[in-house]
Amino acid sequence: MEFAELIKTPRADNVILHRPFYPAVEGTLCLTGHHLILSSRRQDNAEELWLLHSNIDSIEKRFVGSLGTIIIKCKDLRIIQLDIPGMEECLNIASSIEALSTLDSVTLMYPFFYRPMFEVVEDGWHSFLPEREFELLSSVTNEWRLSYVNKEFSVCPSYPPAVTVPKSIDDEALRRVATFRHGGRFPVLSYYHKKNGMVMMRSSQPLTGTNGRRCKEDSALINATLRAGKRGYIIDTRSLNVAQQARAKGGGFEQEVQYPQWRRIHKSVERYNILQESLIKLVEACNDQSHNMDRWLSKLEASNWLTHVKEILTAACLAGQCIDREGASVLVHGTEGTDSTLQITSLAQIILDPRCRTIRGFEALVEREWLQAGHPFRLRCAQSAYSNSKQKWESPVFFLFLDCVWQILRQFPCSFEFNEHFLIMLFEHAYASQFGTFLGNNESERCKLKLSQKTMSLWSWVNQPEELRKFKNPLFEANSLVIWPSVAPQSLQLWEGVFLRWNRSSKFLDEAYEEMNNIIEYNKELQAKVNALRRQLAELETDDGMQENS
Amino acid sequence: MGTLYLTATHVIFVENVSETHKETWILHSQISSIEKQATTVTGCPLLIRCKNFQIIQLIIPQERDCHDVYISLIRLARPVKYEELYCFSFNPKLDKEEREQGWKLVGLNEEYNRMGVPNNYWQISDVNRDYQVCDSYPTEVYVPKSATAHIIVGSSKFRSRRRFPALSYYCKDNNASICRSSQPLSGFSARCLEDEQMLQAIRKANPGSNFIYVVDTRPKINAMANRAAGKGYENEDNYSNIKFQFIGIENIHVMRSSLQKMLEVCELKSPSMSDFLWGLENSGWLKHIKAIMDAGIFIAKAVAEEGVSVLVHCSDGWDRTAQVCSVASLLLDPFYRTIKGFMVSKYGYLDGDPKEISPVIDQFIECVWQLMEQFPCAFEFNERFLIHIQHHIYSCQFGNFLCNGQKERRELKIQERTYSLWAHLWKNRANYMNPLYREDHSQTQGTLLPQTAPCNFLYK
Repeated sequence: MEFAELIKTPRADNVILHRPFYPAVEGTLCLTGHHLILSSRRQDNAEELWLLHSNIDSIEKRFVGSLGTIIIKCKDLRIIQLDIPGMEECLNIASSIEALSTLDSVTLMYPFFYRPMFEVVEDGWHSFLPEREFELLSSVTNEWRLSYVNKEFSVCPSYPPAVTVPKSIDDEALRRVATFRHGGRFPVLSYYHKKNGMVMMRSSQPLTGTNGRRCKEDSALINATLRAGKRGYIIDTRSLNVAQQARAKGGGFEQEVQYPQWRRIHKSVERYNILQESLIKLVEACNDQSHNMDRWLSKLEASNWLTHVKEILTAACLAGQCIDREGASVLVHGTEGTDSTLQITSLAQIILDPRCRTIRGFEALVEREWLQAGHPFRLRCAQSAYSNSKQKWESPVFFLFLDCVWQILRQFPCSFEFNEHFLIMLFEHAYASQFGTFLGNNESERCKLKLSQKTMSLWSWVNQPEELRKFKNPLFEANSLVIWPSVAPQSLQLWEGVFLRWNRSSKFLDEAYEEMNNIIEYNKELQAKVNALRRQLAELETDDGMQENS
Repeated sequence: MGTLYLTATHVIFVENVSETHKETWILHSQISSIEKQATTVTGCPLLIRCKNFQIIQLIIPQERDCHDVYISLIRLARPVKYEELYCFSFNPKLDKEEREQGWKLVGLNEEYNRMGVPNNYWQISDVNRDYQVCDSYPTEVYVPKSATAHIIVGSSKFRSRRRFPALSYYCKDNNASICRSSQPLSGFSARCLEDEQMLQAIRKANPGSNFIYVVDTRPKINAMANRAAGKGYENEDNYSNIKFQFIGIENIHVMRSSLQKMLEVCELKSPSMSDFLWGLENSGWLKHIKAIMDAGIFIAKAVAEEGVSVLVHCSDGWDRTAQVCSVASLLLDPFYRTIKGFMVSKYGYLDGDPKEISPVIDQFIECVWQLMEQFPCAFEFNERFLIHIQHHIYSCQFGNFLCNGQKERRELKIQERTYSLWAHLWKNRANYMNPLYREDHSQTQGTLLPQTAPCNFLYK
């Protein structure tokens, strides 16, 4: 194992740890292959810090005399400081941390070494398979089939082995359509709207190029989702200009001539690389302690983060409206179909489908529309807001999606089975985790790495009743509504639970949440009592009745 | 589509929809401005902006009618005499006793007793019993024990509008107090022995500290400009044992413009996120809220943590002083976070001219709301309570907020001729309760110290 080589100094004493909300504490620092651990000198030798190396974005070293300081900036936006006596020790530890937090090989990551402390009742790797989802679908419609054309990942490397396509389209046709779409991502079913039978499909851009290449199987595929005489909408997440320019590189958009029954709408959503810059600026603004009111709002505005939130929510509402209000089917795509496309299809389902607002429904959504759909998590979540890397693959695409879900959750506090903590937990695990769920860029990679055999699934842990309890929303009242979020600027707030999490204590808000929980629990108890007493009363009344008659 | 009615007190719009006949009532006193907009094909639009930030657009088919309505509303919305105000004609059909009881619900003297005065350090002075010393102060004022009538009168002559330092809040745990006044007429070099003695008296009333803070809530520039007019601020050289502090809160003109800009932002049709955030920052509204909050925190910390008394003033000791003292007492004393307590705090501090449009109330209410957002368990009342109070301050339906002080209120016989808002709210208090509030909750105890980093101020 290479870890031992990377760790220059496995241990240092008299290290002082500074972290948010706790007073500085002194203890012994240990470096393992996967963690940074600080145990304090308190009686119980408690671990004050247990940090995954993979959670580290970047570190800074500073020296004052012989006292070295390492400032660790984490992907979950926490900033931690370690004061290490002795310059050489400090340097060794710093370079060890740097090496350990920038490991290339996936198989060296912690999920491959993690041994769960809990009993695995449900194997999360098999909880949300395409077969299961398809079963649910076939109970309401028989116009679709599950195709295994991609079971060797040879037709589309970023798709799962099984995809849902219209029944009338055979595998041969799918193979041809795959050659016509960027990265082989031919249109597949994303969502079926029970209320009116309309569907949402997603894909990548068509490879029309400058010659206006066409593919009749592609038109046939998406036309198969249209009802007789009805039109569909294609939502292109690029502006018309960008879509047109894409032709020069072999890409393009669906020409009206080839797709006469489809109306194309360009709803521009920012590309993933812009999002990363946005995040960096926003986090900088939040960490700025200068307390100057004058610049706060303009810094917030300059980061554009909330503008992105607004954009995506608007696009998702548009897709939702086409399906629910216009009663039309929709095809969503951008360029690669792995980023903004997925943001929109998954958010549209939150709006349209109450099932996606339940805990299991949301987990299934993440599995379907993000993990199995091939969002490149390993590339996108390699670094977060404190990134100092020059690469352009990192981007908070999934994080932005979670932010949008939070916005809707805040506007409709009774419509979600899960609470904010659930979303924050997903944010954390997407970037660094002991579970293998978010490793890999697509199902093909996950198969090759044998993740389902060698690592534990996040869902196995989350879905244990004791854990779920923390993530349940006490205000939840199941409803079957389509919920339309407001995208007016006043309605969109900064997600303090994540962005200001380490800057100010949430103690009072937590207390309020607990109080709310208590009130609801108490209410339930009283309600149960009332029910029991009513039953008693009913019994007594029938007893009396019987006695009178006898 | 519907019918518009104008009565002596209201504008009423009744919808033509057959079953519901929904009515929209607007009090004339709620109207902030009326704008006649350009005639379109459908008719003449009339835009009514209300003081509770509601905006109504009426499209009147005939130009002539529109003009008539416009002229009428302009006249009705600007009452010339007090008697025209709604509160004098509002009749909720309560009998005389109920009306009296309503006014007795909240009383200044009970409040001072609750705080623990009069006592060894503070006394009630009746030097102003005929409003001879200061006509905008009540007949009974609370002053330090060592402040003789001579000192009070002398000090009042050295203060703008004769508003000498008087007790506003007393902390019985450590004897620290908050006093209010107006600015001293110090000019560049004037002195007044009695005024200096007055401040000494305040200091002596708190044996736990050997100095007091004097807080001027104006920006330094404004205070200095006042010196040229023979007014100004306390010179630390002349007043022994004071620590002087400017906490710049802008004046009413700046605030009005800030409010105006913010309303414009809110009225934007389909703004982008950038438009909104830029506009909000440009208005400076949240910056002012933060300034008021910071001032309140400074005073609260001085009293609760340092145990030092504070004298607060601005120019005339009305608006900014009141705001800042109210915020400070809210932070210090859990009593003011109850429904009863909040009504008391408003009663004691609101002396202002409602005929003037001032955002002071709106700012104070927003400060309270920001606090409620940071401390959801600490307040007995909810957001609706604040909104209703704000509504009624401008509605003039109740007599609580008329006039500049007790003297005018007595002259106009407010208590005999109008009804009290507090009684009305108290009766409906079930609607205003905050379910998360518990008296014994840790959040409700003691002093609140909110976070004032800019990111903590929400917009909603």
